[in-house]
Amino acid sequence: MFIQIEHLNKQYNDKTGTPVDVLKDINLEIDKGEFVSILGPSGCGKSTLLSIVAGLTKSTSGVITVGGNPIKKPGKDRGMVFQQAALFPWLNVRDNVTFPLKREMSKNEARQQAAKYLHMVQLGNYQDHYPHELSGGMQQRVAIARALAMDPEVLLMDEPFGALDEQTRSRLHGQLETIWMETKKTVLFVTHSISESIKLSDRIIVMGTRPGTILTDIKVDIPRPREAHKEEMVKIEEHIMSYLKIEIDKVISEELAYEHSS
Amino acid sequence: MNTALKRIIFFALIIGFWEAGSRFGLWTEVVLPSPTSVFQALASGISDQTLIIDLVASFKRLLIGLGMALLIGTSIGVLLAKSKTADDTLGSVLLALQSVPSIVWLPLAIMWFGLNEKSVIFVVILGGTFVMALNIRMGIKNVSPLFIKAAQTMGSRGLDLFIRVIFPASIPYVVTGSRLAWAFAWRALMAGELLSTGPGLGYTLRYASDFGDMSLVIAVMIIIGVVGAIVDQLIFQRVEKSVMKRWGLES
Repeated sequence: MFIQIEHLNKQYNDKTGTPVDVLKDINLEIDKGEFVSILGPSGCGKSTLLSIVAGLTKSTSGVITVGGNPIKKPGKDRGMVFQQAALFPWLNVRDNVTFPLKREMSKNEARQQAAKYLHMVQLGNYQDHYPHELSGGMQQRVAIARALAMDPEVLLMDEPFGALDEQTRSRLHGQLETIWMETKKTVLFVTHSISESIKLSDRIIVMGTRPGTILTDIKVDIPRPREAHKEEMVKIEEHIMSYLKIEIDKVISEELAYEHSS
Repeated sequence: MNTALKRIIFFALIIGFWEAGSRFGLWTEVVLPSPTSVFQALASGISDQTLIIDLVASFKRLLIGLGMALLIGTSIGVLLAKSKTADDTLGSVLLALQSVPSIVWLPLAIMWFGLNEKSVIFVVILGGTFVMALNIRMGIKNVSPLFIKAAQTMGSRGLDLFIRVIFPASIPYVVTGSRLAWAFAWRALMAGELLSTGPGLGYTLRYASDFGDMSLVIAVMIIIGVVGAIVDQLIFQRVEKSVMKRWGLES
């Protein structure tokens, strides 16, 4: 197994000091080159899980290994794309993409590497532009190019298209699929959109809330491009809905109970 | 009507009334000299270069004082942002000191350095340092956690993270801090020169006042105001605006 997550737990203390389980006993194995979505309603800890894999958040207990190496801190073997593009506004597009390459290659090599990946996200002509001159979708593509440019083993994506409009999102889905097939990266993709996860991934990990646990692990065996297989997609969607329906009801009833008690 | 035209008409009206008031004897030349005499004082000061020499002398002090204020202020600001202990102790003192006009340090400065340029520069440094330090502190503390996280996933940490991400991310505050430091330093410089020695615009102002030369007093005031407005609007506000735009803080 390429990525291995064993008995992962994450707790934090709330205002009164009582520990709250964010993630409880997460076990997950991911193959090299797999596109895996982590799907769940807000509050299920899916972003926390990704953040722990990135090394940005510490787990309470449990082990994560990537390619056999235990994860303790962030590293260039795991590229991350956030919901916000998080480009550095003082650098132009090229310098943003070469940011992680400064130490390991010459200026020229870094520029070539940046150009290669910017062409891949179809922004080859925007290398001298500054982030504030680009649209949200373009910024997010630069962020993807930046993560890919350091040639990571794993691409971690935390609702990368969540802040974009429907048309842009759908276009980026197509681009991401192409990039994934070209680069053969292992992708861990966090989303709350069922259709997005079905459209993109080989496997969907459905998570439930309070505490965050894995409800089920669904293999998506539909040939790509998937637009041509609407019926099978709908079938999987209904299957996932049956799990999430219970979860969503649970969240709503908990919130109602909270309102009544306060 | 465009803004420039409105301004020209506005100033023309003020100067017109002022000149008319002087001509009709509403006030004497000693109380308020007419625009013509002010203009003559200004012209002769510029043609015999006395005012130019004053301006250069003042600017030299300002550049030394402001330069040091920015340097010291930045260092203190970084220290306050990075060390909680320094922030809790030195930080509170700084807040108190910032509300003290720096010119009140002049008597002490004269005791320490003598009645000379050093005392004035000391007051100018104090004028700019605190506001710069507080802005740098705020700038560093307000760096978006997302930038830091993104940089960490790209293998940046420690000093590299500070130099390549945290400091550039706080540039808008550096610019605002510098503009405020300049404004405070310029005021401190004029006050310092008025109360100590020359050459310098402030010194000439007091000299002219001692000799009852009110036209020269107003001429120097005009130079001080014009220089202040030019530096603030043509340099700092432009830089600030373009930085805000580039950093995405203003649409």
